[in-house]
Amino acid sequence: MTEQNGALGEHGQEPSRRDFIYIAATGAAAIGAGLAIWPFIDQMNPAADTLALGSIRVDVSTVTDGTEITVMWRGGPVFIRHRTQPMIDEARAVPLGDLPDDVSRNLNAGMEAASAADENRVLRPEYLIVKGNCTHLGCVPLGIGADMGDYDGWYCPCHGSHYDGSARIRRGPAPENLPVPDYYFESETTVKIGLSPDEAAQSGWVAS
Amino acid sequence: MSGPSTYEPKTGFTRWMDARLPIIRLGYDSFVDFPTPRNLNYWWTFGGILAIFLVIQIISGIVLAMHYVPHESMAFESLERIRRDVKFGWLIQSMHANGASFFFVAVYIHMFRGLYYGSYKAPREILWILGVVIYLLMMATGFMGYVLPWGQMSYWGAMVITNLIGALPFIGDAIREWLWGGFSVGQATLSRFFSLHYLLPFVIAAVVALHLWALHVPGNGNPVGIEVKTKKDTLPFHPFYTVKDGFAIIVYLIIFAAFVFFLPNVLGHADNFIPADPLSTPAHIVPEWYYLPFYAILRAITFDIGPIDAKLGGVIAMFGAILILFVLPWLDTSKVRSMRFRPVTRVFFILFLLACLGLGWCGAKNPDDLVFAIGHDAEGVATGFKFVWFAQLLTFYYFAYFLIVLPVMGIIEKPLDRPASIEAAVLGTAKA
Repeated sequence: MTEQNGALGEHGQEPSRRDFIYIAATGAAAIGAGLAIWPFIDQMNPAADTLALGSIRVDVSTVTDGTEITVMWRGGPVFIRHRTQPMIDEARAVPLGDLPDDVSRNLNAGMEAASAADENRVLRPEYLIVKGNCTHLGCVPLGIGADMGDYDGWYCPCHGSHYDGSARIRRGPAPENLPVPDYYFESETTVKIGLSPDEAAQSGWVAS
Repeated sequence: MSGPSTYEPKTGFTRWMDARLPIIRLGYDSFVDFPTPRNLNYWWTFGGILAIFLVIQIISGIVLAMHYVPHESMAFESLERIRRDVKFGWLIQSMHANGASFFFVAVYIHMFRGLYYGSYKAPREILWILGVVIYLLMMATGFMGYVLPWGQMSYWGAMVITNLIGALPFIGDAIREWLWGGFSVGQATLSRFFSLHYLLPFVIAAVVALHLWALHVPGNGNPVGIEVKTKKDTLPFHPFYTVKDGFAIIVYLIIFAAFVFFLPNVLGHADNFIPADPLSTPAHIVPEWYYLPFYAILRAITFDIGPIDAKLGGVIAMFGAILILFVLPWLDTSKVRSMRFRPVTRVFFILFLLACLGLGWCGAKNPDDLVFAIGHDAEGVATGFKFVWFAQLLTFYYFAYFLIVLPVMGIIEKPLDRPASIEAAVLGTAKA
């Protein structure tokens, strides 16, 4: 140690070769450790097979006027409600100023940034298709045949969020409207959920 | 350790050992001749009870892991198989499930003891902080363990809690997906919760070792809250406190056994005997009882606070309710440790205890249910004082106790006279 101190003394305050090695080695070790941690963090993200389970095809011919079904997509529920004309009219009559969340929450092309007007929430007015987890804490709201809430849509029993006939949040702790997934109608009675028509064309899915 | 070591190896082997790995000396100084205040009451036995329950949970858990299958289509049935077919599985599963509840009962008593007797004050701040770390680890472990049976409450409890993370601005959704390992709570979530549920108890054990280390530097606090001054203030840990702790442990284990054998499911939820169904939420999701006060605080924030929406506000309040314990040693400005000598703050403390119990009650109820009815509205539905309002009131008091009562009372309150020493307090000699 005394020999080393002597060497440093010779160089005064000038950085020595040893200082450079010290800083370079420490820096390389820190960066290396950081890079080595990343695979152990990233492994928790959805795996390739989970990502590949992206889309489902649903026959909606059995969903008659004024009824709804719940289908499983990506491990969670999707509501498909076949709305009657009065239900559509009621949803469209709501002033946009009454909506706590004024964004469409619609992933379909051209609708992402649109307003939450009912026209921007559906591809066909009679079929309302939304993800079925409350935007508050993920419970499945109740709908037709159970408690539809104070706005004739859905009611989440967990913490009392009320959604309207366009699945927009109206009252309660949920911050956002129920989101609309990517989907398109392959035919009059078949809907493909989880894929836009463009993606379908690219990936070899062909509407038939 | 507190004071110089008094260990003297007596045999050839112990002398040989002491010169190489003085582990016998460590055990002797920590648990045999450790000088302990002579006035510790039964509230001080819960540390020992907690140590026993950590061991019970680890041993029963390791055994359960030999039979449990962490798969979304098999987990529920594997648990039923443990309860019905595995030899003594009914016993070991019941010990593990009820053991979690008894672990939390003991830790809450241990924490309230610390709050009442000012155990968090200098020089025991690190001891207290390590305790809060253990409590947080216990909550994480308990939460993930409750998911493993993969019943309806397991699934939806996991859904609700992981969705809390989604309240974080900008990064919330990405972190939630990272936690899930998918687009919802599912197989990936179950597997990782099982892995971490196995890991965390050993992390707890390691922090417990630090907690004991931090305890054995200043030594125990005590009910009168004045420091040990002479040897007359203390008794050796063994046999006095090994016997006292042992007696308390036996009494506690008798109550535990009553639950394990005769009330094995009374602390659980009927809904968790229904296999997890991602398409249907139980009518009333409630967490395990030991999370209810924090669940009530989460739901009490129903209003936006400036740019923070109600959902994020609830999450901040819930985590804040626990994290505030980390700074408690610096919030309480009083030099007097024990509430025995703080007549006014003591009343606030009792109210705080009642507020925590009240929050637990609110957490178990539907927010819109009524604490008491006052009248009826036009449609004949009863109106009155809602649980959510009650929870808001109690949440306010919870935070006010830490942020207003303790800082202010330490300055304005005139404490009662304290005894001159622990010995004087016990033996009733003249007060100074």
